[in-house]
Amino acid sequence: MSAALALLKRDVKLSWREGGAIGTALGFYLVVVAITPLGLGPDLNLLARIAPGILWIALLLAALLSADRIFHNDYEDGALDVLITGPLPLPLVAAIKCLAHWLTTGVPLALLAPVLGLLLNLPIGTSPSLVLAMLAGTPAVSFIAGIGASLTLGLRRSGVLLALLALPLYVPVLIFGVSAVTPYVNGPLWAPLFMLCALSLASIVLAPIAAAAALRTALR
Amino acid sequence: MVSFANPTRFLSLVDHAVPWLTALTVILLGLGLYLAFFVAPPDYQQGETVRIMFVHVPAAWLAMFGYMLIAVSSLGTLIWRHPLADVAAKTAAPIGATFTFIALVTGSLWGKPMWGTYWVWDARLTSMLVLFLLYLGLIALWQAIEEPGRAGRAAAILALVGVINIPIIKFSVDWWNTLHQPASIVRLGGPTIDPSMLAPLFVMMAGFTLLFVLLHLIAIRAEILRRRVRAMQQSQVEHAALVEA
Amino acid sequence: MLDLGPHAAFIVAAYSVTFAAVAALSFFIVEDDRKQRRLLADLERRGIRRRSASTQSKPGGAKAGKPPRRRRS
Repeated sequence: MSAALALLKRDVKLSWREGGAIGTALGFYLVVVAITPLGLGPDLNLLARIAPGILWIALLLAALLSADRIFHNDYEDGALDVLITGPLPLPLVAAIKCLAHWLTTGVPLALLAPVLGLLLNLPIGTSPSLVLAMLAGTPAVSFIAGIGASLTLGLRRSGVLLALLALPLYVPVLIFGVSAVTPYVNGPLWAPLFMLCALSLASIVLAPIAAAAALRTALR
Repeated sequence: MVSFANPTRFLSLVDHAVPWLTALTVILLGLGLYLAFFVAPPDYQQGETVRIMFVHVPAAWLAMFGYMLIAVSSLGTLIWRHPLADVAAKTAAPIGATFTFIALVTGSLWGKPMWGTYWVWDARLTSMLVLFLLYLGLIALWQAIEEPGRAGRAAAILALVGVINIPIIKFSVDWWNTLHQPASIVRLGGPTIDPSMLAPLFVMMAGFTLLFVLLHLIAIRAEILRRRVRAMQQSQVEHAALVEA
Repeated sequence: MLDLGPHAAFIVAAYSVTFAAVAALSFFIVEDDRKQRRLLADLERRGIRRRSASTQSKPGGAKAGKPPRRRRS
């Protein structure tokens, strides 16, 4: 147990120290949300209606852009080889790395969303349900991104390829994530919220298995 | 399956099968086209445009058949390490993607005269679009990884992840559609198909399926030969290096 | 002649796209197959063997035709 926690702490610490990666993801989130009204027109009613969709899509893109960080740094300096032969089972290693990505990227993005929602005229009253929905759905985002990151490890243009592979898998998360937030109701919508939790739990369990298999093929 | 594991034996099987498979495919497709245009009656509601069904339905069926084939082959690669499994998966992807494309386009062209729109975000169409994206992802992954062993295993993992996701995606889009009621009720294909249309449909399905199998076998042969050529070119380079040394 | 009704253009378009896509797919697959067979025949004619020879065997061409069944030592 302590080995797993140690790995988690190490990954989180490295991400914080790197700083730029998290900041870039947040900055990208801001930029995308900021330019969508410029493409859609300043009609505040329209923006409020589509704000949940824009916020979720921009979050997916921001998470995907930072996803290759999950395994890449350790792959480059050989630490991944050590982890594969280490005491922790590889799926657990993959799960911890995806968890670290969620803690350092998914959660900050989720917490930033209500602020960006203001740019889109999303009423402040929806903030709790927005944050709740995103906190419920971003684990799925990080863990599915982990599958993409492990499949594209070390490849050229891996960023775009990762996005191409992961986005179709995000369709359920997007659908339920947007449905869990509505500008017209102040509380969360429980049915989609529970579906998001289910998707996240399923990804937490299944994604590390696929990611571990992909890591093994990449390092053979 | 075990007897197919030997590439040389498989190649001779393909060589024998291709000629008569080609003939059979041409006959079935020709017969199907004749039945589709000259025997099947125009639909009571849809008129002549129902004839699009005779290409759209086989294409949609092959889109799904192709992906299932890739999924089973992926199991063969990862679990049983069947030597031809990754070849089967790699070559099936472009064929399946083409039929998915045909299904999407013919469906769209069927939709415009029928329901007034080229596209609608109902569960079936959206799932077919996502399936197309999954195919593209597989092909992109195959292209991006140079070492064929790693490419085969990575693509196999991706294919299996996709297979698990397809029902989830279909369920979520279904649910999403119940939330956002479409403006008009869309009924795809009609509730029942008249028997006079079933025969042409089955002939076309059979003909197209044989076409898939035929193209797949030729592509597998080409891939096996490609790998042999590469091995020989490599040994040629090694020979030259030895002579130099 | 065949009367395809008021939406004939859609029917023609659908079948044309199908035919074109199938034709393109078949063309690429068959062409690739032909190319590989040509390359293989060319290499075999030049006497390149399928397995890389061991260092002690004669360098250069061995027999043309069927690949050897045993490693030469």
